[in-house]
Amino acid sequence: MIRATIVSIRVLLVMTVLTGVLYPLTVTVIARLVFPDRAEGSLIREGGAVLGSDAIGQSFSRPEYFWGRLSATSRMPYDASASSGTNYGPLHPDLKKAAEGRIAALKTHPVPDGAIPADLVTASASGLDPHISPAAAEYQVRRVASARGISEEAVREVVRLHSSGRFLGILGEPRVHVLRLNLALDRMKSER
Amino acid sequence: MTGLALLQLIVSVAVLLFCAQPLGVAIAKAFSGQPLRYLRFLEPVERAAYRLCGIDPTEEMSWCRYTTCVLAFGFVSFVATYAVQRLQFMLPANPDALPAVSHHSAFNTAVSFVTNTNWQGYSGETTMSPLTQSLALTVQNFVSAAVGLAVMFALARAFTRHEASTIGNFWVDFLRAIVHVLLPLSLVLSVALVSQGVVQSWGPAVEARLLEPVTGENGSLFSTQRIAVGPVASQVAIKQLGTNGGGYFNTNSAHPLENPTPLSNFLEWFAILIIPAACCFAFGETIGDVRQGRAILAAMLTIFLPLVVAATMAEQAGNPVLASLGVDLTHSPGQSGGNMEGKETRFGISASALWAVSTTAASNGSVNSMHDSFTPLGGLVAMSLIQVGEVVFGGVGAGLYGMVIFAIVAVFVSGLMVGRTPEYLGKKIGAFEMKMASLVILFPCATVLIGTAISVSTITGRATILNPGPHGFSEVLYALSSAGNNNGSAFAGLGANTPFYDALLGFAMLIGRYWVMLPVLAIAGSLASKKHVPEGAGTLPTHTPLFVMILIGIVLVVGALSYFPVLALGPIVEHIRMMASSQ
Repeated sequence: MIRATIVSIRVLLVMTVLTGVLYPLTVTVIARLVFPDRAEGSLIREGGAVLGSDAIGQSFSRPEYFWGRLSATSRMPYDASASSGTNYGPLHPDLKKAAEGRIAALKTHPVPDGAIPADLVTASASGLDPHISPAAAEYQVRRVASARGISEEAVREVVRLHSSGRFLGILGEPRVHVLRLNLALDRMKSER
Repeated sequence: MTGLALLQLIVSVAVLLFCAQPLGVAIAKAFSGQPLRYLRFLEPVERAAYRLCGIDPTEEMSWCRYTTCVLAFGFVSFVATYAVQRLQFMLPANPDALPAVSHHSAFNTAVSFVTNTNWQGYSGETTMSPLTQSLALTVQNFVSAAVGLAVMFALARAFTRHEASTIGNFWVDFLRAIVHVLLPLSLVLSVALVSQGVVQSWGPAVEARLLEPVTGENGSLFSTQRIAVGPVASQVAIKQLGTNGGGYFNTNSAHPLENPTPLSNFLEWFAILIIPAACCFAFGETIGDVRQGRAILAAMLTIFLPLVVAATMAEQAGNPVLASLGVDLTHSPGQSGGNMEGKETRFGISASALWAVSTTAASNGSVNSMHDSFTPLGGLVAMSLIQVGEVVFGGVGAGLYGMVIFAIVAVFVSGLMVGRTPEYLGKKIGAFEMKMASLVILFPCATVLIGTAISVSTITGRATILNPGPHGFSEVLYALSSAGNNNGSAFAGLGANTPFYDALLGFAMLIGRYWVMLPVLAIAGSLASKKHVPEGAGTLPTHTPLFVMILIGIVLVVGALSYFPVLALGPIVEHIRMMASSQ
């Protein structure tokens, strides 16, 4: 037992150096050299300021912006220092309440007829989902267009530019990047 | 199930099976000391490790000695992992100045990572410094998986030895698992993940200027967003490959910096199942009969695939409560629809359900969606895959040796039916093997059921349940199932970071790991000492579809008998209530 313990300590020390120090450092060095932007978090920069990360969503509630998924992070919505889902089961009363709140907020503005896309009234797993479905974007086009005083077609064109499809047509789901889309809409305004 | 979901499943599984066979052969060769020619460059690393650790690779160990090494290594690992967490406030690489982890959480986390469970009672980004994540947690991700692989090879080797008193050398098996399997695969996967946008940084959290300032709790206004980063890619690669599942961030592989794209999601999913699937081929290769490994894999797939379809259908059907509010739950080109609560848009229903079934089938436990928010039937599938004992793929090494135990039970039951002495892979199965196999099956079951009973009958246990009604019961049952079978995923609404749950689940994890591993090693020792029994006319062939069906039957019957009553109290009654609510 004593000999096994001594060998265990030596093995753990060697493993700590190999898998706990050398391994992550090697990955860091390769990542920095080959994919420097992605390694540091795919940050969106403008001038010296960081405007966000390509991976991380932000909260929007003004009518002129597209809104993302509901977020369950506790300090503030889309708190990227403490990711969290709601963990509500399907019959949790607050799940229904949150959906009703979102529906009411959507309907204070002009919206198309028809049912509301599911991802627009539910919270994402991480609370940081940067995307919405194309249907959820289409549902908000009328509101954004009227709030910005531009045509629905012009808004749809920007949505198209910030949409992506399935990988190889098979993996994942089609989606629209909310932050990129809203940044582009603001840029369009300042260019006009 | 939509056509696209089916296509995604078929393509994914096809890629998996295509890669599993060559990897299994490569692993078997590496463990026999004769790695494939183009992998020989790893041999000097292996030899250097022997020298540095003071190991004599030619030493042979009895099963008792082998077990002693497993236990000693587990104990040392526990002490080290506990110490790093408690001392992180005075150690370097702590840019956000995080304090020491509480004693109960540190105990729970140390047990969790040492036992390859990776249950996470804590929230990663706000609790563990980058140093703790790397030195304590990433290291345990590697070594706990390597221990599982080592034990599997000890068992496989036992079938090939006759009247022998030894089953191999633990340290050699362990180091070969690290050097030849886990480390090279993790390096490749990490870099591939960074290419997709998984972050790999040692800096502090990044401050971003919000486009629209937001009102937080207490009405305070926030104009910036703190984005936690860290050396994520390197940890995610091994947490997936080693069936660990302990993520860098709180929401694990649902976090967009831990799993940003559909391709990263596919790679991480693939990494959950590839080594457990390859283990089937490696087992067949080692015992010198590849058909036996294929039969086990066939049994696993036959349980796995219908459950993927079932979970996907349940999630795609969605929540009637939302439908009654005028929400569109149908799948269309514009949206994936279905039960999107707790799921990410980029993964939708099909990739989330496939992951949920895979992570619970293999004892991985990482999540890309919140299982607590699944429909009752979707959650039931995940929970029951954990409860059958993590043998459908299962943990790295651990899943295969678990399934071999079920195969031993299957030949025993078949032997009883026809009145012949049961044999498996040329060894007579005697009373000792059966007693040990019963321990393997009974201990985790008893832990789960008794632990759940204790939790729901105490005020402390009920205090931190989030969801009302039967779903709250499911949260507790899921937690104990996950800990007692070393899965690590959760119905995360349950506030498990309390002294009560940290202790209870900690002990459940210890039982789930060592009360499986010890009897398995005892069986290995006993089998190695037996004579080879040549195949006769009365031998039940164990590579045929008939045996595959018997094996599946045993796994499902044992699982159903143990858990059906308790599942009826949780997800089943919840499903009935949900259906009733829509009328």
